Amino acid sequence: MACSPFFALAGGGSSSLLRLSFIDLVIIVIYFGIVLGIGFYLKRFASTGEDFFLAGRKMTAWIAGLSFISANLSSLETMGWSAMAYQYGMLGAHAYLIGAIPAILFLAIVMMPFYYICKTHSVPGYLKLRYGEGPRSIAGISFSFLTIMVSGASMFAMAKILNLLLGWNMDVSIWVSSITVAIYVALGGLLSAVFNEVLQYFLIWAGSLLIPILGIIHAGGWGRMLERIQQNAPIIHPTVQNADFTSLWRNLGSFDTNPMGIDWFGMVFGLGLAVSFGYWCTDFLQVQRVIVAKDLRSAQNGTIIGAFLKMLVPIIVTIPGLLGLAVLLNPDGSPMVLVPESDPRAGITHRTFNDVLPLLMGQYLGPGLLGLGVTAMIAGFMSGMAGNISAFATVWTYDVYKPLIKKDADDRHYLTMGRWSSIVGILISIGTAYLLFLFSNILEYLQVLVFFFIVPLFGAILLGMLWKRATPAGGFWGFLSAIVVSIAMWAYVHTFPDGWRPQPKVTLSEGAVVSLEKGADGKFARIVVESGRVDLVNVPVAAQTAVQGAPLDIPAVLKQGSGDVPVQVLAPAVVLADTRQTSKFGVEGVPVVLKPGVALQSTSISKTFAPAAFNPAHAKVIARSEKAKPMAVNMYSAWWSFVVCVSVTFLVSLFTKPKPDAELKDLVMGLTTMPDEGPCPWYQKPILWAGVVAVVLVAVNIIFW
Amino acid sequence: MHEHEKQIPIWFFIGALLALYGLLILGSGIYGAINPPPEAQRVALWHLHADIWWGALLVIFGLVYVVKFRPREGEGLTGRQKPGSPG
Repeated sequence: MACSPFFALAGGGSSSLLRLSFIDLVIIVIYFGIVLGIGFYLKRFASTGEDFFLAGRKMTAWIAGLSFISANLSSLETMGWSAMAYQYGMLGAHAYLIGAIPAILFLAIVMMPFYYICKTHSVPGYLKLRYGEGPRSIAGISFSFLTIMVSGASMFAMAKILNLLLGWNMDVSIWVSSITVAIYVALGGLLSAVFNEVLQYFLIWAGSLLIPILGIIHAGGWGRMLERIQQNAPIIHPTVQNADFTSLWRNLGSFDTNPMGIDWFGMVFGLGLAVSFGYWCTDFLQVQRVIVAKDLRSAQNGTIIGAFLKMLVPIIVTIPGLLGLAVLLNPDGSPMVLVPESDPRAGITHRTFNDVLPLLMGQYLGPGLLGLGVTAMIAGFMSGMAGNISAFATVWTYDVYKPLIKKDADDRHYLTMGRWSSIVGILISIGTAYLLFLFSNILEYLQVLVFFFIVPLFGAILLGMLWKRATPAGGFWGFLSAIVVSIAMWAYVHTFPDGWRPQPKVTLSEGAVVSLEKGADGKFARIVVESGRVDLVNVPVAAQTAVQGAPLDIPAVLKQGSGDVPVQVLAPAVVLADTRQTSKFGVEGVPVVLKPGVALQSTSISKTFAPAAFNPAHAKVIARSEKAKPMAVNMYSAWWSFVVCVSVTFLVSLFTKPKPDAELKDLVMGLTTMPDEGPCPWYQKPILWAGVVAVVLVAVNIIFW
Repeated sequence: MHEHEKQIPIWFFIGALLALYGLLILGSGIYGAINPPPEAQRVALWHLHADIWWGALLVIFGLVYVVKFRPREGEGLTGRQKPGSPG
């Protein structure tokens, strides 16, 4: 059996990945100065509730469009989707194409008039008007909770990443960023958040566009980059040997020709319909950005501008991920292998998928440029926090506090509540960030919760807007049942009735002394542990605290279930017996010999519920293939959740009493009179530009078919 | 909102910030070209001097925005709004 490549000194460890110079720090400090200055400047323009929560409803189409797209372009997004492109190849770009554009155009042309005309403050507010207090309360409370959690997660992620990349103290990162965000959101409300989002959009492009430009030059051109990807992918992703990493659609004919383990149906209906429409049409954080435009036409054109800008984002997100497969090399010239966060080697001997963008920044950006890149990243995180906090302040004040706690206060009272809820929101976010220090796995569950909350919401709102027969009871039960089904599906794919056993692993403790025997090809043939301590997981050995008598042999592979599984060997900081130098490596499928005297700790792990692992048999029930990767399971789960929501809403509505037409005026198609905004030149008509964006979308898909 | 107060468009802030950043990066790039760092400390494709031309581009882009959107009497906070303009 061929052992996997040797990754000694491939990365990880305690040293920071990027080193900033004085000029880089100056650039970062200037950014903080500017955003605080803008916050103080804008305070005078936020003197009423309408100003604070809805930026006075005066945004132009360009501002609304830039803010709409920028609110989505946080650093979690850019780093996360670069990582997705590294993991899934060009399929990652679908998040910006079929996974966004049709939904954004639908929002602009079909849904925006309803949101805009009913003058709602929020998406839960629309639910109240359309279905009543029940669905609004569920949506308002869960949305408030999730925005705070996401804001805290953004803080935690920023602190962790700045610590890993730059060695910065995590407490300082959290407090400096959150105090800055608290000041500028509490002062200027949504206006401040929108201004900083627009600013962040330009910073992200200024700081990130050089990476794909230089990377493609470095790879020898676009064609050469694709060739290198296909050469390197089998080494980097050995579990998907036959997968094509360089196409958008050509590889979706079956489940095993693409790295995601999905087919075209899942991509079109799971991502293109359920996830995408759920996110773009009903996530209040997004919708809030465009319903604040100065008139309906600006709101629609702003959304369409957002769609066009969204299609450009793969240039700075997907291409870097692909470049990671082509140009990131170890010192010996072999492809650098990055691993998922859940991999036991992550952060010890290997960098993770999420590091692909920072690694490229370190590879190409010198002094000054690196400062701009890091500033763009910080701006992205802070903008993400500010967006969530301003959305929280609005939904809390209008959808929880006003209807449930204090109904009849004056505007000034709600404005004060908005400012204070921004500050309290930040404080709770800080608490959440510190909670994540203790339970970092929560982050993973949280993302899943957000993911499955929005799809049921979309189902309820879509039927509410398009079908006047949809009843309040139908909306409530459809929404609730789809949330329950989403959570049930998630639990189902992580359940292992026969027990889940992690891959056998041998971890050599710090300071263990080893002899490395190599074969003729330079790869490891055998690892001999002379002394020190060794932790064994799922490696069957006789119960003992140290090796006694004869040396203990651990084979390269072990039988687990019905197949052979290679044994993983991790050595984060060992001493080489011949040179007495410290080294680190991660390898699997290599026999290990433990000399007498080596201390042993053996653990056997078997779980019936493991959130970090997918049960292929259960995944097949939901995603139609045992090869389905987590993303494919998510897409199919979203599709089923949408189906449940629409079906239950439909069925319950048939047997319950609908609202009278008079109460649905301006809320439902057929009962809404579109306002006459007067004549406008042909080049300002939303439908024209929606058509142009749709044509460009089709062309891009054909070019990269 | 204070409609009558002289307002500064967001584009002006963006232009000013990018021009300032461009100037710093350009200056740093020129300094690096005159005093090259040791081979081991250079980034990949150092010889292309991306910091010089990227910094220069940022300065030009930023200055265009600063000049075009400099604060003037009667302008909207989010940019110039001509009568009948969709924004």
